[in-house]
Amino acid sequence: MKEIPFTIASFDNFLKEKKLMASKCRECSALWLPPRPICLTCKGHEMEWVELSGRGKLVAFTVIGVGPMSMIDAGYNRDNPYCAGIIEVEEGPRISAQVLGVDVAHPENIKIGTPLIADFVERGSWHFVEEIAKMKKMYLAFKP
Amino acid sequence: MAKRKRKLGRGVAMVGAGMSPFGIRPDVTNRELFAEAFLDMKDSVDKGLDPEEIEALYVGNCGSEMWESQSVIGALCASEIGLSPRPALKVEDACASSSVAVREGIIGIASGLYDMVLAGGTEKMSVLSTDWTTMALACGSDTSCESSAGFTFPGLYASMATAHMEKYGTIHDDLLKVAIKNHSNGALNPKAHFPMTIKGVMDMRIAKAKEKGSPVPSWADELEFLNDPRYNPVIAWPNTLFDCCPVTDGAACILLVAEEIAMNFTDTPIYIIGTGQASGYNLHDRDTLTSIPAARFAAQQAYEMADVGPQDIKIAEVHDCFTIAEVMAIADLGFFQEGKAAATAAGEGKTTRDGIKPINVSGGLKCKGHPVGATGAAQVVEIFQQMRGEAGQRQVTNMDINLALNHNIGAHGTTAVVQIFERR
Repeated sequence: MKEIPFTIASFDNFLKEKKLMASKCRECSALWLPPRPICLTCKGHEMEWVELSGRGKLVAFTVIGVGPMSMIDAGYNRDNPYCAGIIEVEEGPRISAQVLGVDVAHPENIKIGTPLIADFVERGSWHFVEEIAKMKKMYLAFKP
Repeated sequence: MAKRKRKLGRGVAMVGAGMSPFGIRPDVTNRELFAEAFLDMKDSVDKGLDPEEIEALYVGNCGSEMWESQSVIGALCASEIGLSPRPALKVEDACASSSVAVREGIIGIASGLYDMVLAGGTEKMSVLSTDWTTMALACGSDTSCESSAGFTFPGLYASMATAHMEKYGTIHDDLLKVAIKNHSNGALNPKAHFPMTIKGVMDMRIAKAKEKGSPVPSWADELEFLNDPRYNPVIAWPNTLFDCCPVTDGAACILLVAEEIAMNFTDTPIYIIGTGQASGYNLHDRDTLTSIPAARFAAQQAYEMADVGPQDIKIAEVHDCFTIAEVMAIADLGFFQEGKAAATAAGEGKTTRDGIKPINVSGGLKCKGHPVGATGAAQVVEIFQQMRGEAGQRQVTNMDINLALNHNIGAHGTTAVVQIFERR
């Protein structure tokens, strides 16, 4: 079987199947999320796919009322803000994602360190050009 | 990375510096803004400048394709000021575009290829609505996994603020005090986008309410005003409107020459003795969320080249696109310890105009404005004026400014430039 390339497109295809996949360096075992073809730690370029548990914790966040077009089109605005955060997954790497199911009306109640689990949301693509922006994609999200 | 001390091939001096007024400038294009900066720069050359002697241009610009539907800004700027057919390099590195342009100009002269170059930048941003400008700026993050996850620029820096608050107990009032300080400086800068103190903004709000016949608001002090969500709404929690720099149109440029001819143009050249540049990973891949690693690398290069340390620098213009960014900058540059010391420096008066380490005496990006592709060059314009005692009402007077520094971040820390200037 031809190896699936370690690209964002491959990562996105796995998200469609609701799988959170990372690339693992065969040289030094470092994990990369989203996947990378070249290891930042040892510069090795022999990778393999590993599926992550999806469990992690919140390490930084914000609550946004003025988002990019893809979030505006998804219904978010000043009266309906959303949380975006950096999540450290239990296997080690960190990733940026929307955080669902937290108290966006009271951001001071959202706590760094909150345990989270991966979730998957469909919305339009991140792009300036409308015909590309309206193409739906599956995005990674997290929730408590 | 290889540990070899780097130096410039030959000395480089700045003999002129100028900028357009910053603000909302609906009637001018990028190249016309650049021409305004050029004419202002020309006026600043003490012994006069024959523009024919300029050999090349380096023009920073972040997003003219997005904001103005116009590319090739370098060549257009050259033609606008009558300098075609000289080579004109357009440089894009998000908010650090013009510092990278200035650095490339320095390298051009230090290499021996040129004796005189014009370096700067321009940005016309007010064309688009807030939504589209948010989108254009977000192109500076990793669109495959940061902005597509919902992060905006105020949001990325806001998340660094939450990490800083968690790790060091920083409070939002610490950050708001950075805004109060920078507005108090910018109020004295006639070219600033909002040349107004926070007190001035409060008075304006009160006057507006009286004019409309609506209930007149009152606040005990600036902090109470800034904590009033009716007048200072949240943009990306915890970043409020007054934590964020404005969307600004503007241009700035400087004239760089080989050190050996500097005295032909002025008796007070400003020498570039250190320059550093670094790149960085996207935010979630960094080892730290409370510092900008690229800024530390750039600062280290600049200090080593200049053979000076943070304690020697008298004043600095640093990248305060958001209030938390100034807090991180003054730690990354080694002026204050990372954490509480850096977070409270503004509130304790250490970084005010008459403090021990004046930071952003121009008003910073926060008050002077942040035309992204012009910002780094505008920082250098302020340094040129301050070092020569030409900064008018906002002139720092309690010290001899023989060494100064500019710190300019591209995007959320994927590029950083630090440069050190000397007046001999």
